[in-house]
Amino acid sequence: MNFGFSEEQDTIRETLARMLGDHATLKSAHNRLDGADGFDTATWSALADGGWLGLAISEAEGGAGMGAVELAILAEEIGRSLAAVPYLPALCMAVPALQSAGTQDQRTSLLPGIAKGRTIIATALAEGGGLAPDTVSAKVVQDRLSGQKAPVTFGAEATHALVAATDEEGTPRLYLADLSASGVTIGALDPIDRTRSAARIDFDNAPVELLPGSDPAAIRRLLDGAAVLAAFEQIGLAERALVLTTAYAGERHAFGRPIGGFQAVKHRLADMFAKIELARSNAFFGAWALASGDSRLPEAAAVARLTALDAVQFTTEESIQLHGGIGFTWAADPHLFLRRGWQLKAELGPADMWRERLLGHLATPLRAVS
Amino acid sequence: MDFSDSPEEATFRSDARSWLDANATLRDGSEKAQDHFMARDAEEVARARDWQARKAEAGWAGLTWPRAFGGRDATPIEQVIWNQEEGRYAVPPNAFLIGIGLVGPTVMIHGTEAQKAAVLPRALTGEDIWCQLFSEPAAGSDLAGIRTRARRDGDDWVISGQKVWTSGAHYSSHGILLARTDPQVPKHKGLTMFLVDMSDPAIETRPIRQISGGASFNEVFIDDLRVPDSARLGGESEGWKVALTTLMNERFSISVGRASGGARAEELIALATRVERNGRPAIEDGEVRSRIADFVARQRGLEFTSYRVMTSLSRGEAPGEESSIGKLLLGKLRQEMGAFGMELAGTAAGISVKAGDDAARWRNEYLTAPGNRIAGGSDEIQRTIIGERILGLPPDIRLDKSAPFSEL
Repeated sequence: MNFGFSEEQDTIRETLARMLGDHATLKSAHNRLDGADGFDTATWSALADGGWLGLAISEAEGGAGMGAVELAILAEEIGRSLAAVPYLPALCMAVPALQSAGTQDQRTSLLPGIAKGRTIIATALAEGGGLAPDTVSAKVVQDRLSGQKAPVTFGAEATHALVAATDEEGTPRLYLADLSASGVTIGALDPIDRTRSAARIDFDNAPVELLPGSDPAAIRRLLDGAAVLAAFEQIGLAERALVLTTAYAGERHAFGRPIGGFQAVKHRLADMFAKIELARSNAFFGAWALASGDSRLPEAAAVARLTALDAVQFTTEESIQLHGGIGFTWAADPHLFLRRGWQLKAELGPADMWRERLLGHLATPLRAVS
Repeated sequence: MDFSDSPEEATFRSDARSWLDANATLRDGSEKAQDHFMARDAEEVARARDWQARKAEAGWAGLTWPRAFGGRDATPIEQVIWNQEEGRYAVPPNAFLIGIGLVGPTVMIHGTEAQKAAVLPRALTGEDIWCQLFSEPAAGSDLAGIRTRARRDGDDWVISGQKVWTSGAHYSSHGILLARTDPQVPKHKGLTMFLVDMSDPAIETRPIRQISGGASFNEVFIDDLRVPDSARLGGESEGWKVALTTLMNERFSISVGRASGGARAEELIALATRVERNGRPAIEDGEVRSRIADFVARQRGLEFTSYRVMTSLSRGEAPGEESSIGKLLLGKLRQEMGAFGMELAGTAAGISVKAGDDAARWRNEYLTAPGNRIAGGSDEIQRTIIGERILGLPPDIRLDKSAPFSEL
């Protein structure tokens, strides 16, 4: 058993942290908060130039041929930097879907472009407040898709989308859509995290291509993998919020000493730390299960997601609280983390959905209640 | 990142399993759930001792001890593998956690050759059972505030005072005792450690009954106990340093011990399937499902946290930041699960109809959990440690740190 990172993986993390630290600053996040641009193109280009977008794409298809653990490291560092880039829908969902359920042609035509950053592929699983495969009303008839998907993270910036829709037999499947095709209308949404783009996409008889290996089970596996990797992003952002708040508590004086010296503050920060580390332990197991294809992935993904959601919410709420009045201001940093935390919660479904997923995948699975 | 056994670990596991198969019986589920992991009475101590002697003879005792001291030089992960495997068999509770986990490693570092020869082999085989005489009525979280005095008298020391919360003192043959030898210096500086014989008539042990009804710990009264200077462990006035070694090993023992003491969250599913809420099986209730799922997620997190600690230890690194959270989160989780188990039992909560029924089981869980939140560093002390040592926050104000102990 080895429940840590290799030296090579540590090096990857350091390189990424440096690169993201240079490009994706909190100042740039504030700029996006005030402006209309929800996509950090400079960081995306830097990730492409560094070869990071092809991290988990095979060498033959233009990538670096690494695995889920390296992807998890990227996710955590992106979370820490609050970079607004579509790595989760593109690299953690669309790429694995193409790899496991796509045709050779689909892989060859898309993966090299994704690795280079030219092709941006969004993942459209959500609609009507729910997620595929449980909630799907978009339909495909004779390779033509009709329906509305929302929210689609980075839908406005994407060139393609992986869309969940039912086939002619009513079974949820995954389809590949070229977003420049006719019958596709993209509208902007107003997400809680205004630093990160989200769209509504209307498909009206738009041409799509089936991923032949996709079925409801494949969609669930895709969500499990995404939940594990998103947990790393959540941990990264929660840890950054903790670091900022700890620094503030060390500088801000009241009653003659730094407020971090008072146990009411110190112990709250310790609780934040404990929740983050608990989530990290579950995320490690998730990364291993994802990388090794272990059958416990659904359980691992659910526990990683549940503890990460809890850690993020507690940490970001208390970060605002411990900053006092300044923490409640638009110009301060804490709300950036709170917003991103909620966005990541919304995109992959709420805790209750994952609680049921967990109960249904224990060693002795529990049946859902109808 | 690899969750499976390495080839060496797999060999170790299969060796352990072969020996256990030949020497013990697998649990068949008919055993009563063991709600204690230290021996409780003379009968259990005798069985524990017999089992320990057999393990020692076959080389399965003191696994992480160096071979030079009769151990196996095993890695922390191998220790965990052993614990997992041994846990599948119906074996007696352990009475040697303190001797092998805490006292042995402390003597290896601070003991004389004569002390190593006297202590280590007998601790390993279970002939001697050790207890830890540290806490006192006026010094628990603030351990360096102890008042038990040891005074020089010729070549001897004479020790008087009172210890408390001493687990297993009532069946222990020996104790590792922290005493104040110099009250004229600040509190951490005037302490000295001793190895004492619990059968000496100058030591009186009185069991303390816990809120759970059990009595696994004790008050220990020491009245003019005379020991030779050769009973001193480490230098005079260096007792704090020696104590820190013991405490560090205590944390290590806890981290490779049971990852999550107490009930499994899945047991709440079994309970919720048997009882009703609003006229339906409780397990069909949304709130019940939600609470149980969260308990499972937290308990898994603690289990995997212990694996992270072991990974660091196996790499020869000090346990990382993760090691401090396990104890903080475990006690509270057990307490909440116990309370929820009692709630599920409904009107029967707290009222046991027959021994071992649901109410008794969860009541016991609920009433033992507070111990996890207090023993070995309270939740509050753990939070202060995390805040100051890991997060680097300014220390609490300490008014007694530099003044001579006698002036406090």
